[in-house]
Amino acid sequence: MTELQLKVLELLKEDARRDAELIATMLAVPTEEVKQAIAALENDHIIVKYATVVNWSKIDDQKVTALIEVQITPERGRGFEGIAERIYLYPEVKSVYLMSGAYDLLVEVEGKNLKEVASFVSNKLSPIDAVLSTKTFFILKKYKQDGIIFEEHEGDHRLMVSP
Amino acid sequence: MIKDEEKQPSTPVQRQSMADYLSPLVRGIKPSGIRRFFDLVSTRKDVITLGVGEPDFVTPWHVREAAVYALETGKTQYTSNAGMPELRGAIGQYLNDQFAVEYNPADEILVTVGGSEAIDLALRSFISPGDEILIPEPCYISYSPITALTGGVPVGIETFAKDEFKLKPESLQAVITPNSKVLILCYPSNPTGGTMTYEDWLPIAKIVEENDLIVISDEIYAELTYGSKHVSFAAMPGMKDRTILVSGFSKAFAMTGWRMGYACGHPELIAAMLKIHQYTVMCAPIMAQYAALEALQHGLEEKDRMVEAYNQRRRLVVKGFREIGLDCHEPQGAFYAFPSIVSTGLTSEQFAQRLLEEANVAAVPGDVFGLGGEGHLRCSYATSVTNLTEALDRIGGFVHRLKQQG
Repeated sequence: MTELQLKVLELLKEDARRDAELIATMLAVPTEEVKQAIAALENDHIIVKYATVVNWSKIDDQKVTALIEVQITPERGRGFEGIAERIYLYPEVKSVYLMSGAYDLLVEVEGKNLKEVASFVSNKLSPIDAVLSTKTFFILKKYKQDGIIFEEHEGDHRLMVSP
Repeated sequence: MIKDEEKQPSTPVQRQSMADYLSPLVRGIKPSGIRRFFDLVSTRKDVITLGVGEPDFVTPWHVREAAVYALETGKTQYTSNAGMPELRGAIGQYLNDQFAVEYNPADEILVTVGGSEAIDLALRSFISPGDEILIPEPCYISYSPITALTGGVPVGIETFAKDEFKLKPESLQAVITPNSKVLILCYPSNPTGGTMTYEDWLPIAKIVEENDLIVISDEIYAELTYGSKHVSFAAMPGMKDRTILVSGFSKAFAMTGWRMGYACGHPELIAAMLKIHQYTVMCAPIMAQYAALEALQHGLEEKDRMVEAYNQRRRLVVKGFREIGLDCHEPQGAFYAFPSIVSTGLTSEQFAQRLLEEANVAAVPGDVFGLGGEGHLRCSYATSVTNLTEALDRIGGFVHRLKQQG
């Protein structure tokens, strides 16, 4: 990872729509170098995807998200990898983290409604042999995700012109 | 019975209007040109403004939280006139670390209500009527009016875009008279973004010494430099004792509304300023002092991040103006670009007014900043990249239409 790549990443993290030319101007480097840096980052899957952060609660009140603490028995030779994969391949699973502490996997599941998530847990997640226990927590409201505040109250309160 | 007229030794002055009650010094001060422009901007909607002289960042949360905690724990009293000892200590440490200037927190540092108060205190402490106060221009708008209030005579020194608005020794030398007493410096400069290096300062320091001047160095933008690190005038050989270093938290730590500034200098000068300070404001607000302490103790990394963001926007804006066809020297400090609009054939004021009315972009006409400002536009890049890009688009379109109209 070069220093330039790191700076490019930081600027793209703030706004993925910034193009190479704008970034090049902001960093005072040739556009070509920024293009190469971005290409390398994409190639190495350091930049995984350019996705949009959506506040779904504004358009769909029914949609629910749950965080599920999952305890599992690791497999000989593969540890947690195989079970994690069996879980994250489900499209309704939005994220999976291996955790330290009292449980092993933290699974974020999204469903059209409460019933759908409950059914996922009882019909798909719990029946997996290696899964020992699950604890499901429904998310009531998202305030901030990936450093982005959903309902920003700190607007620009400055005077339009000041000395 | 004695008649009224007989009691009065002389006829009282007949005052025709309330204005007659005002001191001639105050009456003589012209309202700020920025104020007039502000009123104009306020009447409009959907304006993108490059006219703001303060950071677009909100004060970092940990600093705000420190002030909240100060309130919760009942920190609501006066502090020592000069400011809390631990804050003065932190300021001394910080100035030493960042700019290699050494001040004794006990009697060489005074915490003020913004850098503005420090400038006022210094000018009032030093000026006798008739003293000439030398002010490189274009510059921040308050120096001349405050000088005039003290009975001093402001003497502008023009600086030029071709010199990147640096103060040239020959220009300074040219205005020196036997009445010259104070030199006010503001580098990095509001509004030009100009800075001074060690080599730039050397001949200036020589003239200051030869003519026995005292210097008020307003270094409020010291943290915001993009080429080489800021060189404090007080750090120049022999200059510490004849310099009052003025700075504050507003620009570096995004704390404009807290009104936290400070002045540093020779104990006798600081003692004089402290005398005025204790009779006028007593002390800076205590909760703001706690916030400032937090900023110095834990806010330096956040400050660096903000400086880096300004630098990125600075490059964007300078390139943008040049592509539009407006000459723009590369500002090395503060958060202002100061492009020339001479090629459009308009005056600064005409340009700014039409830019606002025809393209909905606000920027401050350069002439309000004194000599050398005419023909320029002060554009603050303390705003989001999205806003800057849109503003540059609008300015580009506006200049293009001007040129087509011939």
